[in-house]
Amino acid sequence: MSETVNIASQNPAGSTKMLKAMVGIGVLSALLIVVTFELTQPRVQQLKAEALEKAIFEVLPGAVSSRTFGVNAEGKLIAPDTEESPVSLVYAGYDSADQLVGYAVEASGQGYADKIRILYGYNPKQQQIIGFQVLESKETPGLGDKIEKEQRFLDNFTALDVGLNKEGNIANKVTTVKQGAKVNAWEIDGITGATISSRAVGDIIGSSTEEVIPLLFDNYKMMETPKANPKKNENDDK
Amino acid sequence: MTNNPPPSAKKITSTDEFIKGLWRDNPVFVQVLGMCPVLAVSNTAENALAMGLATAFVLLMSNILVSLLRNFVPKQVRIASYILIIATFVTVTDYAIQAISVELHKALGAFISLIVVNCLILSRAEAFASKNTVSKSVLDALGMGLGFTFALLCLGAVRELLGNGSLFGLAVFPEGFQSWIVMILPAGGFFTLAAWLLVINALQTKKA
Repeated sequence: MSETVNIASQNPAGSTKMLKAMVGIGVLSALLIVVTFELTQPRVQQLKAEALEKAIFEVLPGAVSSRTFGVNAEGKLIAPDTEESPVSLVYAGYDSADQLVGYAVEASGQGYADKIRILYGYNPKQQQIIGFQVLESKETPGLGDKIEKEQRFLDNFTALDVGLNKEGNIANKVTTVKQGAKVNAWEIDGITGATISSRAVGDIIGSSTEEVIPLLFDNYKMMETPKANPKKNENDDK
Repeated sequence: MTNNPPPSAKKITSTDEFIKGLWRDNPVFVQVLGMCPVLAVSNTAENALAMGLATAFVLLMSNILVSLLRNFVPKQVRIASYILIIATFVTVTDYAIQAISVELHKALGAFISLIVVNCLILSRAEAFASKNTVSKSVLDALGMGLGFTFALLCLGAVRELLGNGSLFGLAVFPEGFQSWIVMILPAGGFFTLAAWLLVINALQTKKA
């Protein structure tokens, strides 16, 4: 009760003071945030780039250098420095002898909690997915996040079949099956307790491979026929 | 205005300000505050520790600033000011964690931003920091923050042990251990919290 009296008696003189306090704190807060952002941003960018680089080399075993390509809206491969803004990015990984190891493809889709962003490695010679990593996910810790950690699940992606049929499309779309029910080379053995998350990974890879793999395979064929591709060396420095 | 620190016969020393958050007024086990992160992020010991420390840091910084500004902020806008201050430090913490390790940021994810609405921090600002000196507020924040971390660890350790058979990611039980999935799920958080409340209450009433 005494509080109401207090507020009423303070109010006329108080409004400038209130305004001053709020604006003062607001300015102080903004300053603090901007300073921290500016201080941490270079390092955050660097860590993120490092993490991506590491992920590329992880999903493409043997690769030591990489080059970025974009995929444009018409589904064509473009160099990263062109004016067109790419819809998605692919990374070509090369080994120490500068031979193509494979392509790392970024893909994303809806998971259980939020979008899952993944990276998978594609080996055009074997027409297989040879590596997989989750770049970003907010899946339930302890359950859904097993898609990042469980070795049994990750073993699915050492030789996952994404072979093309005669028309140049994916012969068998990648799907996730129930844990222990994997029969075919293009199926992903799911995780009990992370059903939705592991299925989401299957869907993301399934739809991404349908779009990108035919493209990458064409590109690979083109590069293979004239063995030394002059265009490749021209802008090799990423 | 001076009705808050509980009236007690003897003078409250600075050690008491620190100790009270750890045990007598533990934010989780006694005040039962900030239940959202307690139940959500305590499924592994590692997550619990990181979340506890992040909250403790925000609590410390906001307590310092609130205490510094206690004579400057008018009563009518105090809650808005506190929230603004807390949100600022949460954002700062968020950037800092990103700069320290992308992995850690990935693990904590959305729960960092949710520290803003942790009522433990607001309650300490309102009930303590706005009425006490900076040094006392620092002690209070340290005590409460560590008490919160301790409580989260208690929950996290039990839940990870039973739900995953491991502790801090290291396997504790032999291979054949059938983990209790329910302990990792939200329901397990309630069970574990209830069990700990039972234990702590029993201990505290015995002493009294």
